[in-house]
Amino acid sequence: MTVLFGQLFTGISIGAVLLLIALGLALTFGQMNVINMAHGEFIMAGAYTTYVLQQSITGAGLSLAVALPVAFVVAGTMGVLLEVLLIRRLYARPLDTLLVTWGVSLILQQLARDIFGSPNVQTRAPELLTGNVALPGGLTIANNRLFILALALAAVAALTLALRLTPLGRRIRAVVQNRDLAAVSGIATSRVDRTTFFLGSGLAGLAGVALTLLGPIGPTMGTNLIIDAFLVVVVGGIGQLKGSVIVAFALGVLQATGEYLTTLSVAKVIVFVAIVAFLQWRPQGLFTLRTRSLA
Amino acid sequence: MTAVTPAPPSTAVRPAPAGPVPPGRPAGRSRLRTLAGFAFGAALLFAVAPLVLSDFRLALLAKYLCVAMVAVGIGIAWGRGGMLTLGQGVFFGLGGYAMAMHLKLADAGPGGMPDFMQLYGQLDELPLWWRPFASPWFALPATVLLPMAVAFGLGSLVFRRRVRGAYFAILSQALAAAMVILLIGQQGTTGGTNGLTDIKGFFGYDLDDPVNQRMVYFIIAGTLLALLALTRQLIHSRYGELLVAVRDGEERVRFLGYDPASVKLVAYVVAAGMAGLAGALFVPAVGIISPALIGIVPSIEFVIGVAVGGRATLLGPVLGAVAVAWARTALSERFPGTWTYLQGLLFVVVVAFLPGGLASLWALARRRDVAAQPQRRGRLSLGRRRAERTEVPAA
Repeated sequence: MTVLFGQLFTGISIGAVLLLIALGLALTFGQMNVINMAHGEFIMAGAYTTYVLQQSITGAGLSLAVALPVAFVVAGTMGVLLEVLLIRRLYARPLDTLLVTWGVSLILQQLARDIFGSPNVQTRAPELLTGNVALPGGLTIANNRLFILALALAAVAALTLALRLTPLGRRIRAVVQNRDLAAVSGIATSRVDRTTFFLGSGLAGLAGVALTLLGPIGPTMGTNLIIDAFLVVVVGGIGQLKGSVIVAFALGVLQATGEYLTTLSVAKVIVFVAIVAFLQWRPQGLFTLRTRSLA
Repeated sequence: MTAVTPAPPSTAVRPAPAGPVPPGRPAGRSRLRTLAGFAFGAALLFAVAPLVLSDFRLALLAKYLCVAMVAVGIGIAWGRGGMLTLGQGVFFGLGGYAMAMHLKLADAGPGGMPDFMQLYGQLDELPLWWRPFASPWFALPATVLLPMAVAFGLGSLVFRRRVRGAYFAILSQALAAAMVILLIGQQGTTGGTNGLTDIKGFFGYDLDDPVNQRMVYFIIAGTLLALLALTRQLIHSRYGELLVAVRDGEERVRFLGYDPASVKLVAYVVAAGMAGLAGALFVPAVGIISPALIGIVPSIEFVIGVAVGGRATLLGPVLGAVAVAWARTALSERFPGTWTYLQGLLFVVVVAFLPGGLASLWALARRRDVAAQPQRRGRLSLGRRRAERTEVPAA
């Protein structure tokens, strides 16, 4: 029983990391059909922001608290720059955005290597987040994992509320559902796109801050995460957040269980096969936005 | 080097129903030009390159030509079929590993085991799934058929359910990620991160001998030419027309009564087979196959050469792949960090601003030539149409 719960929680915490990364992708991929491979490098930017801030702010807790908003803005600004300079020209060619942003990600990685050096760097975690929470039944849960879970859930809640209740959210939903109709209704779709990209990339920055609690920071830290996160969005269905939330946790638990029963490498293959099988059943993902567009 | 062979005019503009291209003058001319092009390419690869290049450079060229074979396949699947496959490394790897397993077993002798197995795996006997690869009659066909089978499996599942575009690209990339993690995880039987290294013999020939290295180069060059000939026939066939039609309007093709899933599947499987063959020939040329050569990053690097050369053309992928691979070696020899920047820029500039690749510049120049000659104005429209065919649609 303890083992089962332990695995369940490991899975949920893997899912929380995936969710933090996938949320931003769900926004950009869902709204603009843009595959942003540089999303992983925005995560890296968030992580390095934490590292840089820790050089000047010595208190680990304080620097983490400062890093969250700063990383959000840093990564978000990078996202807006990318959108304005490149992606805007490529809306009609989603597959090409994939390759272009891959090129951008290569450049950003090398930039990180030149600025911070190729070896990984480490940040200090606040004492509050280093311990464990002991649960009845001999179960322990690492504080940092709990923090990431809370952060992911808070991000989901904030994003959901923003999309549901604010005027900006209404505009974003309108553009996702029917871009042309939104445009003729007087919504400045390109401005909405830019804001969406800011939010989505900013969320990657938050994910980067969270990842500094789990391991070292390196120039290629984003590459390995990004594909799993894209799979979450693909399986979850684009255009809505709830699919990504469910699938992130489901994949996390599947990965953790598979890893427990077999090995890490076999678990990855199991997850892949499960995804292909799932897409046989629902090729458009778990939840799809029903629109009348023919695309 | 040679003219980029344009596709025949599409059936949409021809009043006659679809059928084999009538042996009229344009087709005959284009066939003659293609033959001349092949002869020129063969002369370059078989006579000029071995004479001009040192043994070291020739071995490098052999390696580039293997990459070019993968590129030809990507040109079919992506350029002609619109399927951006970011997992060609998987098929390259399957072919490479199948060949390397056989060569390792041949090196070890009958009843022997590859050296790394005792080292990492503490295995007393050969794993069951290695055994068939001892026979060349199994291993050689497997280098091509194994990747084709995997592509068939994935493709038939995915295309039938109309998973396409970005979804397919991400899935193919995830396949590459899963494959590499699997290979690294099973170190005892796959060699792990190191891969299969230190391959000494190639069907009885010692690979350290420069003469035999030369032979391997000739095999690779010959195979590439054969694949190009095959591809040329494929893209000029009715099937080739259908493939382009699926790329440009999958729904319309479906409404015409064809099954786009099968059309795409064939292109994907052919591309996989080419990548497998390339992997198999890469092993004797370089002497190693490892997860680092087939993962996510190399898989997407296969694509950039195709984009640079011109994804929808016959020769573009080959020239682009060789040029990019050559530039990589030349630049990273001198300035290691710069290459990554340059490669990133290459992705950005070529794909965003020159989606037809360098071949589109060529087509543009030809169009200007034709337009500049008033007496040939009658052919202008044809020239335009041909140029447009090699351009990339908004997909």
